[in-house]
Amino acid sequence: MSTDRIEKKTLLRAPRTRVWRALADSTEFGSWFGVRFDGPFVPGASMRGVIVSTTVNAEIADAQKPYEGVPFEITVEQMEPERLFSFRWHPFAVEGGVDYSVEPTTLVVFALEDAGEGVMLTVTESGFDRIPLGRRAKAFTANEQGWGMVVKLIEEYLVRAR
Amino acid sequence: MSARASARAIAAQKGSAPLFAALGDTTRLRLISRLCDGGPMSITGLTVGSNVTRQAITKHLHVLEDAGRAWSTRHGRERVWQLNQRRLNDARRYLELISAQWDDALGRLRELVED
Repeated sequence: MSTDRIEKKTLLRAPRTRVWRALADSTEFGSWFGVRFDGPFVPGASMRGVIVSTTVNAEIADAQKPYEGVPFEITVEQMEPERLFSFRWHPFAVEGGVDYSVEPTTLVVFALEDAGEGVMLTVTESGFDRIPLGRRAKAFTANEQGWGMVVKLIEEYLVRAR
Repeated sequence: MSARASARAIAAQKGSAPLFAALGDTTRLRLISRLCDGGPMSITGLTVGSNVTRQAITKHLHVLEDAGRAWSTRHGRERVWQLNQRRLNDARRYLELISAQWDDALGRLRELVED
């Protein structure tokens, strides 16, 4: 399996305009994702936000409570209305006192297409292989948050070792 | 963001931190790879084709053992090492964590737009 990308497809029974608004409107995006941004999404814009509890699901909102206020940043890349929305971010950028801005980002892409009575949404996150080995290695001991990366590193290694 | 939040919740489980620390070394990753592909192997077998000394390999195997990642049995004069598959599978599950985080997030998106 690829260690560089994740792909998710989901069929949403909603009008395409509705799905687009939930992605492209930073307030709507924040309401399901669990983050509050400081302004509207604009291509090329660096967005700052903080983690908040989702307003969509009360149970999950409770689980998110301890993480409220943690800073969160994305850089918007492309916005093609009702078709494509993409941004970059730093995965696992949660360690205090670390300047993540100099490190590679992963690219998250939301793509929409008509499918029967709804919309097929495809989400891909790619670029994990570019995350510095040092960052991943550090995650082994210092940052339990990095477990996912650790396992990726193992998978990557096992693939290359064949 | 819930993705990170749920990652932390899972990371909070005890017992896995030493496991990942034990993997943070290319020699140990290589050992794990060979034990994965070749099944139970003796230290002699693991040393063949490696540019690492027998002593170094022994040391790394003991680190893996301490982390619950590998164990050995005595066969005559040799000790045969194998991976603890259950723990390995535990580790693999974390690879799916990021994927699961997206599932969670998209589930909430669905709740919003299909309302």
